[in-house]
Amino acid sequence: MLHRYIKLVAFSTLLLIAAGGMVTSTDSGLAVPDWPNTYGQFMFSFPLERMVGGIFYEHGHRMIASTVGFLTIVLAVWVWIVEPLRWLRWMGVIALAAVILQGILGGITVLYLLPAPVSVGHAGLAQIFFCMTVALALFTSPGWKAAQTPVDDPMLRPVAATATGLIYVQILLGATMRHIEAGLAIPDFPLAFGHLIPPAWTLGVAVHFAHRLGAVLVSAAIIALAGHVWYHHRARRELVRPATLLILLVALQVTLGAYVIWSGLQPIINTAHVVNGALVLVTSLVLTLRSFRCRFAPTPGTDARAAVPGLLARKPVTSSPRI
Amino acid sequence: MVFNNLRLCAAVLTAAAVAAGCGRGNEGPPAAATARPDAKRVDPATAGTVTGRVSFEGTVPQFPPIKLDSDPACAAQHPNGLPVDTIVVNNGGLENVFVYVKDGLGNYYFDTPTEPVTLDQKGCHYSPRVFGVRVGQPLVIVNSDPTMHNVHGAGNVNQQFNFGQVVQGVKNTRTLTAAEVMMPFRCNVHAWMTAYAGVLPHPYFAVTASGGAFELKDLPPGTYTIEAWHEKLGTSSQSVTLAEKDSKTVNFSFKAS
Repeated sequence: MLHRYIKLVAFSTLLLIAAGGMVTSTDSGLAVPDWPNTYGQFMFSFPLERMVGGIFYEHGHRMIASTVGFLTIVLAVWVWIVEPLRWLRWMGVIALAAVILQGILGGITVLYLLPAPVSVGHAGLAQIFFCMTVALALFTSPGWKAAQTPVDDPMLRPVAATATGLIYVQILLGATMRHIEAGLAIPDFPLAFGHLIPPAWTLGVAVHFAHRLGAVLVSAAIIALAGHVWYHHRARRELVRPATLLILLVALQVTLGAYVIWSGLQPIINTAHVVNGALVLVTSLVLTLRSFRCRFAPTPGTDARAAVPGLLARKPVTSSPRI
Repeated sequence: MVFNNLRLCAAVLTAAAVAAGCGRGNEGPPAAATARPDAKRVDPATAGTVTGRVSFEGTVPQFPPIKLDSDPACAAQHPNGLPVDTIVVNNGGLENVFVYVKDGLGNYYFDTPTEPVTLDQKGCHYSPRVFGVRVGQPLVIVNSDPTMHNVHGAGNVNQQFNFGQVVQGVKNTRTLTAAEVMMPFRCNVHAWMTAYAGVLPHPYFAVTASGGAFELKDLPPGTYTIEAWHEKLGTSSQSVTLAEKDSKTVNFSFKAS
Protein backbone atom coordinates (compact mmCIF):
# COMPACT_ATOMS: atom_id res chain seq x y z
CA MET A 1 0.00 0.00 0.00
CA LEU A 2 2.77 2.43 0.97
CA HIS A 3 4.70 1.49 -2.16
CA ARG A 4 1.68 2.26 -4.32
CA TYR A 5 1.18 5.57 -2.56
CA ILE A 6 4.79 6.59 -3.13
CA LYS A 7 4.44 5.69 -6.79
CA LEU A 8 1.48 8.07 -6.87
CA VAL A 9 3.65 10.79 -5.30
CA ALA A 10 6.38 10.13 -7.87
CA PHE A 11 3.89 10.35 -10.73
CA SER A 12 2.45 13.56 -9.28
CA THR A 13 5.98 14.94 -9.13
CA LEU A 14 6.46 14.17 -12.80
CA LEU A 15 3.25 16.09 -13.52
CA LEU A 16 4.61 18.93 -11.42
CA ILE A 17 7.83 18.96 -13.44
CA ALA A 18 5.72 19.07 -16.61
CA ALA A 19 3.71 21.99 -15.21
CA GLY A 20 6.92 23.81 -14.26
CA GLY A 21 8.28 23.14 -17.72
CA MET A 22 5.21 24.75 -19.25
CA VAL A 23 5.65 27.80 -17.01
CA THR A 24 9.15 28.39 -18.35
CA SER A 25 8.32 27.37 -21.91
CA THR A 26 5.42 29.83 -22.10
CA ASP A 27 7.35 32.57 -20.26
CA SER A 28 4.64 32.63 -17.60
CA GLY A 29 6.90 32.71 -14.55
CA LEU A 30 5.92 36.28 -13.70
CA ALA A 31 2.27 36.04 -14.72
CA VAL A 32 1.38 35.94 -11.02
CA PRO A 33 3.46 38.74 -9.49
CA ASP A 34 2.94 37.88 -5.84
CA TRP A 35 3.68 34.82 -3.70
CA PRO A 36 2.35 32.91 -1.83
CA ASN A 37 -0.86 34.76 -2.68
CA THR A 38 -2.23 35.01 -6.20
CA TYR A 39 -3.13 38.58 -7.15
CA GLY A 40 -3.66 39.30 -3.47
CA GLN A 41 -5.98 36.34 -2.91
CA PHE A 42 -5.35 33.22 -0.90
CA MET A 43 -4.14 30.86 -3.58
CA PHE A 44 -6.73 28.15 -2.95
CA SER A 45 -9.59 30.61 -3.27
CA PHE A 46 -8.40 32.12 -6.55
CA PRO A 47 -11.31 31.81 -9.02
CA LEU A 48 -10.87 29.25 -11.76
CA GLU A 49 -12.34 31.58 -14.38
CA ARG A 50 -9.47 33.99 -13.76
CA MET A 51 -6.87 31.38 -14.63
CA VAL A 52 -6.29 32.80 -18.09
CA GLY A 53 -3.20 33.11 -20.23
CA GLY A 54 0.03 32.76 -18.29
CA ILE A 55 -1.87 32.70 -14.98
CA PHE A 56 -3.19 29.27 -15.97
CA TYR A 57 0.33 27.89 -16.13
CA GLU A 58 1.85 29.70 -13.14
CA HIS A 59 -1.10 29.34 -10.77
CA GLY A 60 -1.72 25.79 -11.99
CA HIS A 61 1.92 24.99 -11.23
CA ARG A 62 1.48 26.36 -7.71
CA MET A 63 -1.68 24.32 -7.16
CA ILE A 64 -0.04 21.10 -8.31
CA ALA A 65 3.01 21.94 -6.18
CA SER A 66 0.78 22.41 -3.13
CA THR A 67 -0.83 19.05 -3.81
CA VAL A 68 2.58 17.36 -4.10
CA GLY A 69 3.63 19.10 -0.89
CA PHE A 70 0.59 17.74 0.92
CA LEU A 71 1.17 14.25 -0.53
CA THR A 72 4.77 14.44 0.67
CA ILE A 73 3.72 15.31 4.22
CA VAL A 74 1.57 12.19 4.27
CA LEU A 75 4.44 10.23 2.70
CA ALA A 76 6.92 11.34 5.35
CA VAL A 77 4.56 10.50 8.22
CA TRP A 78 3.56 7.19 6.69
CA VAL A 79 7.14 6.10 6.02
CA TRP A 80 8.15 7.19 9.52
CA ILE A 81 5.40 5.09 11.09
CA VAL A 82 5.59 2.02 8.90
CA GLU A 83 9.20 1.58 7.83
CA PRO A 84 11.56 -0.28 10.15
CA LEU A 85 14.73 1.03 8.46
CA ARG A 86 15.94 4.19 10.12
CA TRP A 87 17.67 5.62 7.03
CA LEU A 88 14.51 5.07 5.00
CA ARG A 89 12.44 6.90 7.60
CA TRP A 90 14.83 9.84 7.46
CA MET A 91 14.76 9.77 3.70
CA GLY A 92 11.05 10.52 3.88
CA VAL A 93 11.75 13.46 6.17
CA ILE A 94 14.48 14.74 3.86
CA ALA A 95 12.08 14.48 0.92
CA LEU A 96 9.62 16.63 2.85
CA ALA A 97 12.34 19.17 3.64
CA ALA A 98 13.31 19.19 -0.04
CA VAL A 99 9.77 19.89 -1.22
CA ILE A 100 9.41 22.71 1.34
CA LEU A 101 12.71 24.23 0.21
CA GLN A 102 11.55 23.82 -3.37
CA GLY A 103 8.41 25.81 -2.63
CA ILE A 104 10.42 28.58 -1.00
CA LEU A 105 12.81 28.67 -3.96
CA GLY A 106 9.83 28.96 -6.28
CA GLY A 107 8.52 31.91 -4.27
CA ILE A 108 11.91 33.61 -4.18
CA THR A 109 12.41 33.30 -7.90
CA VAL A 110 9.02 34.97 -8.50
CA LEU A 111 9.56 37.76 -5.99
CA TYR A 112 13.05 38.47 -7.32
CA LEU A 113 11.93 38.37 -10.95
CA LEU A 114 13.45 35.07 -12.00
CA PRO A 115 17.16 35.45 -11.26
CA ALA A 116 18.77 32.67 -13.29
CA PRO A 117 20.75 31.04 -10.44
CA VAL A 118 17.61 30.71 -8.29
CA SER A 119 15.53 29.43 -11.18
CA VAL A 120 18.21 26.90 -12.10
CA GLY A 121 18.39 25.85 -8.43
CA HIS A 122 14.60 25.43 -8.47
CA ALA A 123 14.85 23.24 -11.58
CA GLY A 124 17.76 21.23 -10.15
CA LEU A 125 16.07 20.60 -6.81
CA ALA A 126 12.92 19.48 -8.62
CA GLN A 127 14.92 16.69 -10.24
CA ILE A 128 16.49 15.71 -6.91
CA PHE A 129 13.08 15.56 -5.27
CA PHE A 130 11.76 13.46 -8.16
CA CYS A 131 14.75 11.13 -7.74
CA MET A 132 13.97 10.84 -4.02
CA THR A 133 10.36 9.86 -4.63
CA VAL A 134 11.39 7.29 -7.23
CA ALA A 135 14.10 5.94 -4.93
CA LEU A 136 11.61 5.72 -2.07
CA ALA A 137 9.19 3.88 -4.32
CA LEU A 138 11.98 1.48 -5.25
CA PHE A 139 13.12 0.94 -1.66
CA THR A 140 9.58 0.17 -0.51
CA SER A 141 8.80 -2.13 -3.42
CA PRO A 142 8.22 -5.82 -2.68
CA GLY A 143 10.87 -6.74 -5.22
CA TRP A 144 13.53 -4.63 -3.53
CA LYS A 145 12.71 -5.97 -0.10
CA ALA A 146 12.60 -9.56 -1.28
CA ALA A 147 15.78 -9.41 -3.29
CA GLN A 148 17.87 -12.39 -2.42
CA THR A 149 20.56 -12.59 -5.06
CA PRO A 150 21.41 -9.06 -6.08
CA VAL A 151 23.98 -8.50 -8.76
CA ASP A 152 27.43 -7.78 -7.40
CA ASP A 153 29.31 -6.33 -10.35
CA PRO A 154 32.17 -3.97 -9.39
CA MET A 155 32.31 -2.68 -12.96
CA LEU A 156 28.59 -2.00 -13.31
CA ARG A 157 28.32 0.20 -10.23
CA PRO A 158 30.72 3.00 -11.29
CA VAL A 159 29.49 2.90 -14.89
CA ALA A 160 25.87 3.29 -13.77
CA ALA A 161 26.66 5.93 -11.16
CA THR A 162 28.71 7.90 -13.68
CA ALA A 163 25.89 7.80 -16.22
CA THR A 164 23.39 9.03 -13.62
CA GLY A 165 25.72 11.82 -12.52
CA LEU A 166 26.32 12.90 -16.10
CA ILE A 167 22.59 12.96 -16.81
CA TYR A 168 22.01 15.21 -13.80
CA VAL A 169 24.78 17.60 -14.85
CA GLN A 170 23.29 17.60 -18.35
CA ILE A 171 19.88 18.51 -16.90
CA LEU A 172 21.46 21.37 -14.94
CA LEU A 173 23.10 22.59 -18.15
CA GLY A 174 19.75 22.43 -19.90
CA ALA A 175 18.07 24.33 -17.07
CA THR A 176 20.78 26.99 -17.23
CA MET A 177 20.30 27.27 -20.97
CA ARG A 178 16.56 27.72 -20.54
CA HIS A 179 16.80 30.28 -17.77
CA ILE A 180 19.35 32.46 -19.53
CA GLU A 181 17.11 32.24 -22.61
CA ALA A 182 19.79 30.57 -24.71
CA GLY A 183 17.55 27.87 -26.15
CA LEU A 184 18.01 29.30 -29.62
CA ALA A 185 21.46 30.80 -29.05
CA ILE A 186 22.51 28.27 -31.69
CA PRO A 187 19.59 28.36 -34.09
CA ASP A 188 20.40 25.37 -36.28
CA PHE A 189 20.76 21.64 -35.63
CA PRO A 190 22.73 19.41 -35.94
CA LEU A 191 25.25 22.03 -37.07
CA ALA A 192 25.99 25.24 -35.19
CA PHE A 193 25.69 28.30 -37.44
CA GLY A 194 26.48 25.93 -40.31
CA HIS A 195 29.69 24.70 -38.65
CA LEU A 196 30.65 21.81 -36.41
CA ILE A 197 31.95 24.32 -33.86
CA PRO A 198 30.26 27.71 -33.39
CA PRO A 199 32.29 30.39 -35.20
CA ALA A 200 31.46 33.04 -32.57
CA TRP A 201 31.03 32.69 -28.84
CA THR A 202 28.83 34.32 -26.25
CA LEU A 203 27.79 32.98 -22.87
CA GLY A 204 24.51 31.76 -24.37
CA VAL A 205 26.27 30.02 -27.25
CA ALA A 206 28.77 28.42 -24.84
CA VAL A 207 26.07 27.05 -22.53
CA HIS A 208 23.96 25.87 -25.46
CA PHE A 209 26.93 24.16 -27.11
CA ALA A 210 27.93 22.59 -23.79
CA HIS A 211 24.42 21.13 -23.56
CA ARG A 212 24.83 19.62 -27.03
CA LEU A 213 28.23 18.18 -26.13
CA GLY A 214 26.68 16.93 -22.91
CA ALA A 215 24.07 15.09 -24.96
CA VAL A 216 26.83 13.27 -26.85
CA LEU A 217 28.59 12.41 -23.60
CA VAL A 218 25.42 11.22 -21.87
CA SER A 219 24.40 9.15 -24.89
CA ALA A 220 27.82 7.48 -24.93
CA ALA A 221 27.61 6.78 -21.19
CA ILE A 222 24.14 5.28 -21.53
CA ILE A 223 25.15 3.13 -24.51
CA ALA A 224 28.13 1.89 -22.52
CA LEU A 225 25.91 1.18 -19.52
CA ALA A 226 23.23 -0.60 -21.52
CA GLY A 227 25.84 -2.52 -23.48
CA HIS A 228 27.44 -3.69 -20.25
CA VAL A 229 24.11 -4.81 -18.85
CA TRP A 230 23.09 -6.61 -22.02
CA TYR A 231 26.45 -8.35 -22.36
CA HIS A 232 27.03 -9.34 -18.73
CA HIS A 233 23.57 -9.51 -17.19
CA ARG A 234 21.19 -10.43 -19.96
CA ALA A 235 19.35 -12.85 -17.67
CA ARG A 236 18.66 -10.18 -15.06
CA ARG A 237 15.38 -8.57 -16.03
CA GLU A 238 15.65 -6.02 -13.23
CA LEU A 239 18.71 -4.61 -15.01
CA VAL A 240 17.93 -5.33 -18.65
CA ARG A 241 14.53 -3.63 -18.54
CA PRO A 242 15.74 -0.22 -17.29
CA ALA A 243 18.80 -0.47 -19.56
CA THR A 244 16.59 -1.02 -22.59
CA LEU A 245 14.21 1.70 -21.49
CA LEU A 246 17.18 4.06 -21.09
CA ILE A 247 18.25 3.53 -24.69
CA LEU A 248 14.73 4.23 -25.92
CA LEU A 249 14.34 7.30 -23.70
CA VAL A 250 17.68 8.80 -24.66
CA ALA A 251 16.90 8.29 -28.36
CA LEU A 252 13.59 10.06 -27.80
CA GLN A 253 15.36 12.78 -25.83
CA VAL A 254 17.83 13.56 -28.63
CA THR A 255 14.96 13.62 -31.12
CA LEU A 256 12.97 15.99 -28.91
CA GLY A 257 16.05 18.16 -28.45
CA ALA A 258 16.35 18.49 -32.21
CA TYR A 259 12.67 19.37 -32.53
CA VAL A 260 13.02 21.97 -29.78
CA ILE A 261 15.40 23.82 -32.12
CA TRP A 262 13.54 23.12 -35.36
CA SER A 263 10.23 24.21 -33.84
CA GLY A 264 11.66 27.44 -32.45
CA LEU A 265 11.08 26.43 -28.80
CA GLN A 266 7.52 25.25 -29.22
CA PRO A 267 6.30 25.05 -25.59
CA ILE A 268 4.85 21.52 -25.66
CA ILE A 269 7.91 20.06 -27.39
CA ASN A 270 10.14 22.01 -25.01
CA THR A 271 8.28 20.65 -22.00
CA ALA A 272 8.28 17.11 -23.37
CA HIS A 273 12.07 17.42 -23.59
CA VAL A 274 12.19 18.46 -19.92
CA VAL A 275 9.87 15.68 -18.77
CA ASN A 276 11.63 13.02 -20.81
CA GLY A 277 14.95 14.24 -19.40
CA ALA A 278 13.60 13.61 -15.92
CA LEU A 279 12.54 10.11 -16.98
CA VAL A 280 16.03 9.44 -18.36
CA LEU A 281 17.47 10.51 -15.01
CA VAL A 282 15.25 8.36 -12.81
CA THR A 283 15.54 5.33 -15.09
CA SER A 284 19.30 5.55 -14.84
CA LEU A 285 18.94 6.08 -11.09
CA VAL A 286 16.86 2.92 -10.72
CA LEU A 287 19.45 0.96 -12.68
CA THR A 288 22.20 2.46 -10.55
CA LEU A 289 20.44 1.67 -7.28
CA ARG A 290 19.81 -1.90 -8.43
CA SER A 291 23.49 -2.23 -9.26
CA PHE A 292 24.19 -1.18 -5.67
CA ARG A 293 21.49 -3.48 -4.31
CA CYS A 294 24.06 -5.87 -2.82
CA ARG A 295 25.39 -3.02 -0.69
CA PHE A 296 21.96 -2.53 0.81
CA ALA A 297 21.29 -6.19 1.57
CA PRO A 298 21.17 -6.85 5.28
CA THR A 299 23.61 -9.42 6.61
CA PRO A 300 21.64 -12.43 7.76
CA GLY A 301 20.99 -12.15 11.45
CA THR A 302 21.48 -8.39 11.70
CA ASP A 303 18.75 -6.08 12.91
CA ALA A 304 17.24 -4.42 9.87
CA ARG A 305 16.43 -1.30 11.92
CA ALA A 306 20.13 -0.72 12.43
CA ALA A 307 21.00 -1.33 8.81
CA VAL A 308 22.85 1.48 7.10
CA PRO A 309 23.83 1.45 3.43
CA GLY A 310 27.52 0.98 2.99
CA LEU A 311 27.90 -0.93 6.21
CA LEU A 312 25.98 -3.90 5.03
CA ALA A 313 27.03 -7.20 3.60
CA ARG A 314 28.46 -7.18 0.14
CA LYS A 315 27.97 -10.84 -0.57
CA PRO A 316 24.75 -11.61 -2.37
CA VAL A 317 22.29 -13.87 -0.72
CA THR A 318 20.50 -16.57 -2.62
CA SER A 319 16.93 -16.24 -3.73
CA SER A 320 14.91 -14.82 -6.52
CA PRO A 321 16.77 -12.13 -8.47
CA ARG A 322 13.48 -10.44 -9.32
CA ILE A 323 13.29 -6.94 -7.89
CA MET B 1 26.06 38.67 -16.71
CA VAL B 2 23.88 35.69 -15.96
CA PHE B 3 25.44 35.19 -12.59
CA ASN B 4 25.51 38.85 -11.65
CA ASN B 5 22.78 38.05 -9.17
CA LEU B 6 24.81 35.47 -7.29
CA ARG B 7 25.47 37.81 -4.40
CA LEU B 8 21.84 38.79 -4.34
CA CYS B 9 20.80 35.17 -4.30
CA ALA B 10 23.13 34.33 -1.45
CA ALA B 11 21.51 37.08 0.52
CA VAL B 12 18.09 35.90 -0.54
CA LEU B 13 18.67 32.34 0.53
CA THR B 14 19.88 33.41 3.93
CA ALA B 15 17.10 35.89 4.47
CA ALA B 16 14.12 34.56 2.57
CA ALA B 17 11.73 36.05 5.06
CA VAL B 18 12.53 39.57 3.99
CA ALA B 19 11.52 38.86 0.45
CA ALA B 20 9.00 41.65 0.31
CA GLY B 21 11.15 44.68 -0.21
CA CYS B 22 13.21 44.20 -3.32
CA GLY B 23 12.62 43.95 -7.04
CA ARG B 24 9.54 46.14 -6.98
CA GLY B 25 10.78 49.12 -8.95
CA ASN B 26 10.65 52.70 -7.87
CA GLU B 27 7.18 53.71 -6.75
CA GLY B 28 8.21 56.88 -4.96
CA PRO B 29 9.04 60.31 -6.33
CA PRO B 30 12.25 60.59 -8.34
CA ALA B 31 15.37 61.83 -6.71
CA ALA B 32 15.93 65.47 -7.47
CA ALA B 33 18.03 65.89 -10.59
CA THR B 34 21.27 67.66 -9.92
CA ALA B 35 22.92 69.76 -12.59
CA ARG B 36 26.66 69.91 -13.03
CA PRO B 37 28.10 73.28 -11.92
CA ASP B 38 29.06 74.11 -15.49
CA ALA B 39 25.76 72.91 -16.97
CA LYS B 40 23.97 75.31 -19.28
CA ARG B 41 20.48 75.64 -20.63
CA VAL B 42 19.50 75.61 -24.29
CA ASP B 43 19.03 79.08 -25.77
CA PRO B 44 15.75 78.91 -27.76
CA ALA B 45 16.94 81.78 -29.93
CA THR B 46 19.73 79.68 -31.42
CA ALA B 47 18.07 76.27 -31.43
CA GLY B 48 17.43 74.31 -34.62
CA THR B 49 15.53 71.30 -35.82
CA VAL B 50 16.29 67.88 -37.23
CA THR B 51 13.55 66.30 -39.26
CA GLY B 52 13.51 63.15 -41.29
CA ARG B 53 11.86 59.96 -42.29
CA VAL B 54 12.49 56.31 -41.61
CA SER B 55 11.77 54.17 -44.63
CA PHE B 56 11.50 50.45 -45.11
CA GLU B 57 12.97 48.65 -48.10
CA GLY B 58 11.87 45.27 -49.25
CA THR B 59 8.82 43.15 -48.79
CA VAL B 60 6.93 43.78 -45.60
CA PRO B 61 6.67 40.49 -43.72
CA GLN B 62 3.12 39.33 -43.20
CA PHE B 63 2.10 37.49 -40.08
CA PRO B 64 -1.22 35.86 -39.25
CA PRO B 65 -3.20 37.59 -36.50
CA ILE B 66 -2.41 36.51 -32.96
CA LYS B 67 -5.00 34.16 -31.52
CA LEU B 68 -6.17 35.36 -28.13
CA ASP B 69 -8.06 32.23 -27.12
CA SER B 70 -6.09 31.88 -23.89
CA ASP B 71 -8.08 34.79 -22.42
CA PRO B 72 -11.77 35.09 -23.41
CA ALA B 73 -11.80 38.76 -22.37
CA CYS B 74 -9.08 39.47 -24.94
CA ALA B 75 -10.61 37.27 -27.62
CA ALA B 76 -13.92 39.10 -27.25
CA GLN B 77 -12.21 42.38 -28.13
CA HIS B 78 -10.50 40.92 -31.19
CA PRO B 79 -12.81 38.28 -32.68
CA ASN B 80 -10.56 37.95 -35.72
CA GLY B 81 -7.34 37.94 -33.76
CA LEU B 82 -4.90 40.72 -32.95
CA PRO B 83 -2.91 42.09 -35.90
CA VAL B 84 0.86 41.80 -35.46
CA ASP B 85 2.29 45.32 -35.30
CA THR B 86 6.00 44.71 -34.98
CA ILE B 87 6.75 45.96 -38.51
CA VAL B 88 4.20 48.53 -39.66
CA VAL B 89 4.83 50.27 -42.97
CA ASN B 90 2.69 52.99 -44.52
CA ASN B 91 3.66 54.53 -47.87
CA GLY B 92 7.12 53.13 -47.45
CA GLY B 93 7.54 54.75 -44.03
CA LEU B 94 8.29 52.61 -41.00
CA GLU B 95 6.33 53.24 -37.81
CA ASN B 96 7.30 52.69 -34.21
CA VAL B 97 10.93 53.63 -34.71
CA PHE B 98 12.48 55.41 -31.74
CA VAL B 99 14.71 58.21 -33.03
CA TYR B 100 16.85 60.09 -30.53
CA VAL B 101 20.01 62.07 -29.93
CA LYS B 102 22.45 59.47 -28.80
CA ASP B 103 25.50 61.66 -28.40
CA GLY B 104 26.73 65.25 -28.70
CA LEU B 105 24.67 67.18 -26.16
CA GLY B 106 27.56 67.80 -23.81
CA ASN B 107 26.64 69.44 -20.53
CA TYR B 108 23.22 70.89 -21.23
CA TYR B 109 20.76 70.77 -18.39
CA PHE B 110 17.06 70.02 -18.77
CA ASP B 111 14.26 70.24 -16.24
CA THR B 112 12.45 66.97 -15.57
CA PRO B 113 8.84 67.13 -16.77
CA THR B 114 6.20 66.58 -14.13
CA GLU B 115 3.37 65.70 -16.52
CA PRO B 116 3.17 61.92 -16.82
CA VAL B 117 3.59 59.68 -19.81
CA THR B 118 0.82 57.10 -20.06
CA LEU B 119 1.21 53.47 -21.06
CA ASP B 120 -2.21 51.93 -21.56
CA GLN B 121 -3.22 48.28 -21.77
CA LYS B 122 -6.23 48.29 -24.02
CA GLY B 123 -7.52 45.40 -26.08
CA CYS B 124 -4.80 43.25 -24.52
CA HIS B 125 -2.29 45.38 -26.34
CA TYR B 126 0.11 48.08 -25.17
CA SER B 127 -0.58 51.56 -26.39
CA PRO B 128 1.77 53.02 -27.37
CA ARG B 129 3.95 50.08 -28.30
CA VAL B 130 7.06 52.29 -28.49
CA PHE B 131 7.41 55.50 -26.53
CA GLY B 132 9.89 57.86 -24.93
CA VAL B 133 10.01 59.00 -21.33
CA ARG B 134 12.41 61.21 -19.45
CA VAL B 135 14.52 60.04 -16.56
CA GLY B 136 12.51 60.88 -13.43
CA GLN B 137 9.31 61.65 -15.32
CA PRO B 138 6.19 59.92 -13.97
CA LEU B 139 5.06 56.95 -16.02
CA VAL B 140 1.41 56.06 -15.47
CA ILE B 141 0.50 52.49 -16.39
CA VAL B 142 -3.22 51.93 -16.92
CA ASN B 143 -5.26 48.77 -17.27
CA SER B 144 -8.21 49.59 -19.51
CA ASP B 145 -9.07 45.94 -20.06
CA PRO B 146 -11.74 43.85 -18.33
CA THR B 147 -9.09 41.30 -17.48
CA MET B 148 -5.93 41.03 -15.39
CA HIS B 149 -2.49 42.05 -16.51
CA ASN B 150 0.89 41.89 -14.90
CA VAL B 151 3.37 44.59 -15.83
CA HIS B 152 6.97 43.46 -15.91
CA GLY B 153 9.34 46.34 -16.45
CA ALA B 154 12.31 44.34 -17.69
CA GLY B 155 15.02 46.96 -17.58
CA ASN B 156 18.68 46.10 -17.92
CA VAL B 157 19.76 49.44 -16.44
CA ASN B 158 16.67 50.49 -14.54
CA GLN B 159 15.57 48.32 -11.65
CA GLN B 160 13.12 45.70 -12.80
CA PHE B 161 9.63 45.55 -11.37
CA ASN B 162 6.57 43.36 -11.69
CA PHE B 163 3.11 44.08 -10.38
CA GLY B 164 -0.42 43.00 -11.09
CA GLN B 165 -3.38 45.09 -12.24
CA VAL B 166 -6.53 43.22 -11.41
CA VAL B 167 -9.29 45.77 -11.83
CA GLN B 168 -10.23 47.59 -15.01
CA GLY B 169 -9.26 51.25 -14.80
CA VAL B 170 -6.55 50.81 -12.19
CA LYS B 171 -3.47 53.02 -12.55
CA ASN B 172 0.02 52.65 -11.16
CA THR B 173 2.80 55.20 -11.40
CA ARG B 174 6.46 54.39 -11.74
CA THR B 175 9.51 56.55 -12.34
CA LEU B 176 12.49 55.29 -14.24
CA THR B 177 15.71 56.53 -12.75
CA ALA B 178 18.34 55.86 -15.39
CA ALA B 179 18.79 56.38 -19.10
CA GLU B 180 18.08 53.20 -21.06
CA VAL B 181 17.39 52.61 -24.74
CA MET B 182 15.22 50.57 -24.78
CA MET B 183 13.51 49.24 -21.67
CA PRO B 184 11.03 46.44 -22.44
CA PHE B 185 7.65 46.05 -20.76
CA ARG B 186 5.99 42.68 -20.85
CA CYS B 187 2.77 41.08 -19.76
CA ASN B 188 3.37 37.44 -18.88
CA VAL B 189 -0.35 36.75 -18.65
CA HIS B 190 -0.63 37.60 -22.34
CA ALA B 191 2.64 36.55 -23.89
CA TRP B 192 2.13 38.62 -27.05
CA MET B 193 2.08 41.94 -25.17
CA THR B 194 5.34 43.86 -25.38
CA ALA B 195 6.15 47.57 -25.27
CA TYR B 196 9.44 49.46 -25.31
CA ALA B 197 10.38 52.70 -23.59
CA GLY B 198 13.31 54.88 -24.53
CA VAL B 199 14.37 56.46 -21.23
CA LEU B 200 16.47 59.57 -21.74
CA PRO B 201 17.78 62.48 -19.67
CA HIS B 202 16.98 64.97 -22.45
CA PRO B 203 13.92 65.80 -24.57
CA TYR B 204 15.40 65.03 -28.01
CA PHE B 205 13.55 61.93 -29.05
CA ALA B 206 10.60 60.97 -31.20
CA VAL B 207 8.70 57.91 -32.33
CA THR B 208 7.87 57.65 -36.00
CA ALA B 209 4.20 57.78 -36.77
CA SER B 210 2.36 56.83 -39.93
CA GLY B 211 4.60 57.53 -42.91
CA GLY B 212 7.79 57.17 -40.86
CA ALA B 213 8.29 60.91 -40.21
CA PHE B 214 9.97 62.31 -37.12
CA GLU B 215 11.07 65.70 -35.77
CA LEU B 216 13.58 66.67 -33.10
CA LYS B 217 12.94 70.29 -32.14
CA ASP B 218 14.85 72.92 -30.16
CA LEU B 219 18.27 71.35 -30.56
CA PRO B 220 21.15 73.68 -29.70
CA PRO B 221 23.91 74.15 -32.29
CA GLY B 222 26.34 71.26 -32.35
CA THR B 223 27.28 67.95 -33.89
CA TYR B 224 25.10 65.06 -32.92
CA THR B 225 24.79 61.35 -33.36
CA ILE B 226 21.20 60.54 -34.19
CA GLU B 227 20.16 56.93 -33.76
CA ALA B 228 17.07 55.15 -35.00
CA TRP B 229 16.00 52.01 -33.12
CA HIS B 230 13.51 49.39 -34.21
CA GLU B 231 12.57 46.37 -32.12
CA LYS B 232 13.08 43.85 -34.93
CA LEU B 233 15.30 45.65 -37.42
CA GLY B 234 18.00 46.92 -35.08
CA THR B 235 19.63 50.34 -35.02
CA SER B 236 21.07 52.81 -37.48
CA SER B 237 23.07 55.95 -36.67
CA GLN B 238 23.99 59.12 -38.50
CA SER B 239 25.93 62.23 -37.64
CA VAL B 240 24.50 65.69 -38.20
CA THR B 241 25.85 69.17 -37.52
CA LEU B 242 23.48 72.03 -36.72
CA ALA B 243 24.42 75.70 -36.93
CA GLU B 244 22.41 78.36 -35.12
CA LYS B 245 18.70 78.28 -36.11
CA ASP B 246 19.58 75.55 -38.54
CA SER B 247 17.29 72.86 -39.92
CA LYS B 248 18.65 69.58 -41.20
CA THR B 249 17.09 66.50 -42.66
CA VAL B 250 18.25 63.04 -41.68
CA ASN B 251 16.68 59.99 -43.27
CA PHE B 252 17.07 56.40 -42.22
CA SER B 253 16.35 53.24 -44.09
CA PHE B 254 15.82 49.75 -42.75
CA LYS B 255 15.81 46.66 -44.89
CA ALA B 256 13.91 43.44 -44.41
CA SER B 257 16.25 41.01 -42.71
